[in-house]
Amino acid sequence: MSYGQPTIWIIIAGLAVGTFLIRYSFIGLIGDRQLPQWVLSHLNYTAVAVLPGLIAPLILWPEATGGTPDASRLAAAAVAFAVGTWRKSVVGAVAGGMITLYTVPYLTG
Amino acid sequence: MPSEANTHSAFWRGFRAGAPFILVVAPFGLLFGAVAMEAGLNLLQVMSMTMLVIAGAAQFTALALMTEEAPTIIVILTALAVNMRMAMYSAAIAPYIGKAGSGMKLLLGYFLTDQAFAVSTVEFQQRPELTVSQRCSYMLGSMAPLAPMWFGGTFLGAVLGAAIPPEYSLDFAVPICFIAITAPMLRSLPHVVAACVSIGAALALVWVPYSLGLIIAAFLAMIAGVQTEHFLARRLA
Repeated sequence: MSYGQPTIWIIIAGLAVGTFLIRYSFIGLIGDRQLPQWVLSHLNYTAVAVLPGLIAPLILWPEATGGTPDASRLAAAAVAFAVGTWRKSVVGAVAGGMITLYTVPYLTG
Repeated sequence: MPSEANTHSAFWRGFRAGAPFILVVAPFGLLFGAVAMEAGLNLLQVMSMTMLVIAGAAQFTALALMTEEAPTIIVILTALAVNMRMAMYSAAIAPYIGKAGSGMKLLLGYFLTDQAFAVSTVEFQQRPELTVSQRCSYMLGSMAPLAPMWFGGTFLGAVLGAAIPPEYSLDFAVPICFIAITAPMLRSLPHVVAACVSIGAALALVWVPYSLGLIIAAFLAMIAGVQTEHFLARRLA
């Protein structure tokens, strides 16, 4: 990495200000006005619309393996998903996923 | 009349809802600290970024582009594109806390993370009787155990340096965290359809530059969720 110190600080400041403005945008702009019902019903699905798409490429093509699908990561994702849907438990899902991630390489040698 | 005790208990309910994420936020912070120092940032820069931005995925995106010597503006814009989902969080949370004071809104804007959003929307939908100040307390409470862990984890990771060996696959703590957040949300068919469209479209659009494929996929998934909801309502009617 060959950025000068000022450039690194510009990147940090740009990220900080930009991220805050994104987060604050509607909270600050909309205030106490009520959004129309059709907007609200779409926003109901924000989290399930963004998060699965964000992680799908990370699960199928992990950067740490150079983009090749990896058995222990796929198994860990499957276990985390199964525990999360059946038990509705975030901690259980994380624990199950991380244990699988570390166990599969030992089992498969 | 909302008493102080109710606001207080809302804070602690938020605290308890946020606490489980310590298990992912702490190692995620640890990893970011180690990777950022390895990439060539100094301790002050690592801590400034982590405390001012508090958005792991975007911070990692910025680091990855910086190690590839990308132009400054591309580093900033791409990392911010990863954060565009938070504009939707902001729009979703605004009707619930819009009446709060401006200082509180600035503070909650700063703290509107994936985790705070996830636990708060569930709470606000399930308890429509909450007052605005109880909602604010709940959101702050959900971040109270997490922000210190994120900052502390980053600091430890940065100080311990790159001593974490790659076979620990810590990179995968991130996807597992996101799966753990999302899986319990798939509580109805429209939610499942939205998630499937999100995955399919994001994978198909992975070639679109600047993470815009994810934004498009998210819009398609939200439309799919609402349309499924309407379809089911018509069938029942």
